[in-house]
Amino acid sequence: MWSYTLRRVLVTIPTVWAVTTVCYLLLHITPGGPFDGERKVSAAVLANLQAKYHLDMPLWQQYLYYMKSLLQGDLGASFRYADWSVNELVAHALPVSLTIGGSSLIISLVLGVVLGIVAALRQNSPIDYLVMLISNMGSAFPSFIIGPVLVLVFSILLKWLPSGGWDDFAVSYMVLPVALLTFINVSTIGRVMRGSLIEIMNSNFIRTARAKGLPMRTIVFRHALKPALMPVVTLLAPLAISSITSAVVTESIFSLPGLGKLIVNGAANRDYTLVLGLVVLVTFMTVLFNLLVDLAYALLDPKIRY
Amino acid sequence: MFKKKQAAAAATLENVLNQPVVQGRSPWRDARIRFMRNKAAVVSLVILVLITLACVFGPMLLPHTYDSTDWDAISLAPTLQNWHWFGTDDLGRDLLVRTLIGGRISLMVGALATIAAVIIGVIWGATAGFMGGKIDNLMMRMVDMMYAVPYLLIAILMVTLLGREFYLVVLTITILSWMDMSRVVRGQTLSIRSKEYIEAAHAIGVSTPTIIRRHIVPNLLGIVVIYTTVTVPGVILTESVLSFLGLGVQEPMTSWGVLIGDGTKTMESQPWMMLFPAALLSLTLYCTNYIGDGLRDALDPKDR
Repeated sequence: MWSYTLRRVLVTIPTVWAVTTVCYLLLHITPGGPFDGERKVSAAVLANLQAKYHLDMPLWQQYLYYMKSLLQGDLGASFRYADWSVNELVAHALPVSLTIGGSSLIISLVLGVVLGIVAALRQNSPIDYLVMLISNMGSAFPSFIIGPVLVLVFSILLKWLPSGGWDDFAVSYMVLPVALLTFINVSTIGRVMRGSLIEIMNSNFIRTARAKGLPMRTIVFRHALKPALMPVVTLLAPLAISSITSAVVTESIFSLPGLGKLIVNGAANRDYTLVLGLVVLVTFMTVLFNLLVDLAYALLDPKIRY
Repeated sequence: MFKKKQAAAAATLENVLNQPVVQGRSPWRDARIRFMRNKAAVVSLVILVLITLACVFGPMLLPHTYDSTDWDAISLAPTLQNWHWFGTDDLGRDLLVRTLIGGRISLMVGALATIAAVIIGVIWGATAGFMGGKIDNLMMRMVDMMYAVPYLLIAILMVTLLGREFYLVVLTITILSWMDMSRVVRGQTLSIRSKEYIEAAHAIGVSTPTIIRRHIVPNLLGIVVIYTTVTVPGVILTESVLSFLGLGVQEPMTSWGVLIGDGTKTMESQPWMMLFPAALLSLTLYCTNYIGDGLRDALDPKDR
């Protein structure tokens, strides 16, 4: 187990390094600098700006400088928000995204697993049809259609909730974004849970348990649930990651001041350091999630031994 | 005696030749029959063809163009008059034509990026599977690395850097969508390569190019077709997300994502602006999903 962990951790380092380097080179090779905007700046100001952001050094020095500060956890200064470092911007935005993404992930795990179990045990019941309907809708209606429809119904027609914005972690502003993400996650978790439990319930060891005369409750919770949950565990990493990336869409629908909004604004303003910093950060988080889920899987599944 | 035998043989031959020809059913014909039995998939295919035809030919037949302003009809609700069936936007541009033109872009990005991603994925996966060993290991590690990348953010980064031309959007989406195909093709190639019939073909002296052409490519084709249909909705969705965020094709050109994004801004007063492109996009995604399912059921050899 320990050697496997070590090997997995060692594999992640070149991944993060490669992504950072490729993005860094892409940024600096493509024509058009961050100061080529509509507003022309004088040569002296330009020189000062370039000195401030180390753009006057040769590329390899800039790269080494960037990598060195990255190792110390410094993502550099923002090109657009002159007085802000990328770290400060991230520190303001990350809690918003984590709150929305994290709470929707927890809610949708509970909801998805419960709905999946009921749907699998009562096939062709109303709950089963509900699960199939949600998962069908989740695959055909993208979040940027469901989100505006939620706004239309709950804030414009019914006037129950604000249509967007953020007020220092006030719950009413969080309900719609969390509901949207939860809907999308439940559509996947519910379908996978239903499918895997149906398969497990048809397997031989469950037939044995039934033949022994065990009550249904014991069969489901003691014998069937644990192996049926394994596919859901594998889903966790992609779901956690998509909670971050789909934040790009949710946060622009509901105008939330999170990471997704930051990266879309950064892209629109051609704020290179900000976008690069966010890509590096999210890649790091992605790799970390994958690592954690792989390790959890190795711990949970008795068939896997390293 | 000899003549008699010859005559008998000739008669037999004649008999055989006069028999009605028995058509062997190829696996592809089997698959087609199975696909045609799947009602949902056939209906989806018909709807998708209709949408495509409407997007390709509709704009030519309608009296408006996608960028012309009708000053008498600004922010018009859907009406049967003057062909403004889907209404007009706040610049007086006809939304029926814009939705169809947007569909052209969305479907074209979907088709081009899928074709490119399939070509790259198949070549990459087949090469890795054939070569095996260190090359295979290296190529698949690179695919793993691509998987670790948060694709939407990279797409945003690339579109920001390279620009928002049509072909650059296609390029960006292609680069981020070929990995699934390469993994699947590699796995399939590996398993085919170790099959007995390949060994038998080697043993009777069939040349490698012939083995590839006669045995490996046809066996890869099924899974490639299935994963192609799985790739299409994902690609269309990525393009729409980029457009929705304002990072896709630029005005006055449009796509379904752009129209939905614009529509959400005026949703309160003019909900039809968002309704029609959203409905068409969802319908397209639904149909491609069903066609994919139908093809998987039709082509999966395990099902026979």
